[in-house]
Amino acid sequence: MINRETGTFKRTYAQDQALYRAPLARYAIGAVLLVAFVVFPWLASDYALTLANLVTIACLGAIGLNILVGYAGQISLGHAAFMSVGAYTAAVLTTRYAVPWWLAMPAAGAMAALVGTVIGLPSLRIKGLYLAISTLAAQLIIEWTINHVKWISGGTQASIFVQRPSIFGHVLKSHLELYYFILAVLTVGIVFALNLFRTHWGRAFIAVRDRDIAAEIIGINIFRTKLTAFAISSFYAGITGVLYTYWYGVANYEAFTLPISIEFLAMIIIGGLGSVLGSLLGAAFISLLPIFLEQMLRTVGGDLLHLDASLVGAISSSLQLMIFGGLIMFFLVVEPEGLNRLWNNAKNYFRVWPFPYQ
Amino acid sequence: MFYYVELLINGVLVGTLYSLIALGFVLIYKASDVINFAQGEFVMFAGYVVAACVQLYGWPLWVAIPVGVVAMVALGFAVEMAVLRHLVGQPVVAVIMATIGLAAFLRGLAPLLWGISTKNLALPIPNRPVFLGEVMLSPPHLFAALVSVTCIAAIGWLFAKSRTGVALRAIADDQQVSLAMGIDVKRYFAVSWAIAGVVALVGGVIWGNLIGVDIQLAQVGLKVFPVVILGGLDSILGAIIGGVIIGGVEALAAGLIDPLVGGGTKDFTPYVLMILILMVRPYGLFGKEDIERV
Repeated sequence: MINRETGTFKRTYAQDQALYRAPLARYAIGAVLLVAFVVFPWLASDYALTLANLVTIACLGAIGLNILVGYAGQISLGHAAFMSVGAYTAAVLTTRYAVPWWLAMPAAGAMAALVGTVIGLPSLRIKGLYLAISTLAAQLIIEWTINHVKWISGGTQASIFVQRPSIFGHVLKSHLELYYFILAVLTVGIVFALNLFRTHWGRAFIAVRDRDIAAEIIGINIFRTKLTAFAISSFYAGITGVLYTYWYGVANYEAFTLPISIEFLAMIIIGGLGSVLGSLLGAAFISLLPIFLEQMLRTVGGDLLHLDASLVGAISSSLQLMIFGGLIMFFLVVEPEGLNRLWNNAKNYFRVWPFPYQ
Repeated sequence: MFYYVELLINGVLVGTLYSLIALGFVLIYKASDVINFAQGEFVMFAGYVVAACVQLYGWPLWVAIPVGVVAMVALGFAVEMAVLRHLVGQPVVAVIMATIGLAAFLRGLAPLLWGISTKNLALPIPNRPVFLGEVMLSPPHLFAALVSVTCIAAIGWLFAKSRTGVALRAIADDQQVSLAMGIDVKRYFAVSWAIAGVVALVGGVIWGNLIGVDIQLAQVGLKVFPVVILGGLDSILGAIIGGVIIGGVEALAAGLIDPLVGGGTKDFTPYVLMILILMVRPYGLFGKEDIERV
């Protein structure tokens, strides 16, 4: 049961593409699901559940961005803007046209995918840094549009109060109920992403990332592949945006500004580009870092050194930015493949563990 | 009509400042192919150093500015040696993200060292408005334009005539050949960052004088991208002309459209213009067209 493979014994393509390569993986996934769905919510306090919600929503967004950046190799600085498109679409549909949430959510994803595809259109002609700058422009233009067009944002301060989803007439209110809802969506998102890269489409993404011209020569339609990557990634972003509005209870463009886009890029870089597990690790890391840092500073600065609370607050917000930026640079220089690589290193070490042969 | 002429001229004056800041960006890109997303933060950091010297430590301006120059040169060298040097040959995404990380780092560092509050950075400029015919020019803007043009000319000279400039041009042209000819490429990468730091200092002092020094000063960095895309990423002339055009266009747009939609046009128009340029002529007005071969 706990044995791992000792070599490569694949005989068929199906074996090569299997999600669980060793029997242990099956049990490990089962254990993770058990913890996530039963043990954690059973033991966790309300505060821990709030943090968990924050992390799980970020996970979904990070997976979406990783599909575009890590797998398809198209950089995007507009991920948060696609989230805001989804958030406002769902908010407008549910509040103004009384569309039920289970229709509004896919509609929001589809709308975000549409906008994402349009933003991705220039990716045929331009790439790399030009694409980065044009998605930056998209981020700023979408932000401005949502903030200034009254029909979308509904007037004052561009915020819309959102009804939380209801299941069989029961409105999800508590953190626990929201946790289950978000976790269910995230699970679907993870399963889809993992399986995407076992299909023709997913492999085409990777081919385009590694060498676009070579990919074209072996018969991949680059334009369609890039746009599909944009569409899928933005669909994830749209759903993420909707989840954020359910969590905050309000749709507000200020939750989807440029720094948020950068935060999501940091997640996938620190977690590991081109890896679903890496997206999850990075999302957890980046979302929890500021919270723990602030708590630590409050304990050290406030309780031990008796500093002024506002001073501690100012120091902590500056220090957060410094550590955030420093970590991005550190990972890029020292471990460009991120936390996922560290995890794989650990796994490889234990593969032959008590008897390493070197 | 007259109002718009006035808007346009003052916009162009601000535009020269954009040109100057964009110049720092172009210098780094030309030498080392690095897209510096932290150019605005360099400007902010430089402004912070000078303002802190003047306001917190009470030094006169003629001491503070040289101190700022030294600090920015040191920062430029440090950034290149500690981070960018290790990313040579990595994908564009990695390099872009590293400079974005640098931007966040500087945004945290400056207020941690010198406080979050806005600082005044007063330059000895007379307050009396200057008239050009009937058009009124504000002295700080005029001063900004004068200094920017002087700096741009100085950098132009540096690039065309000096030994450093020749080396930088050689590296921009072909790195391997430059290496073979005995040019210390790594050192000149660092030099390009240092020059960009000094350029940012000039921008930081002037822009800080106009709007005050705090974190918001870094927002000017967002103006750099439309300027360099319009002018061409690797063209110094392009940066200069692009800055002037963007400055003029955003001032006019703000005057025409702001009353209709209620603000924010200034940050928004340059990017619309940029998207159009990207679609029609991605390498800009004066940029080198990239031909890709398999």
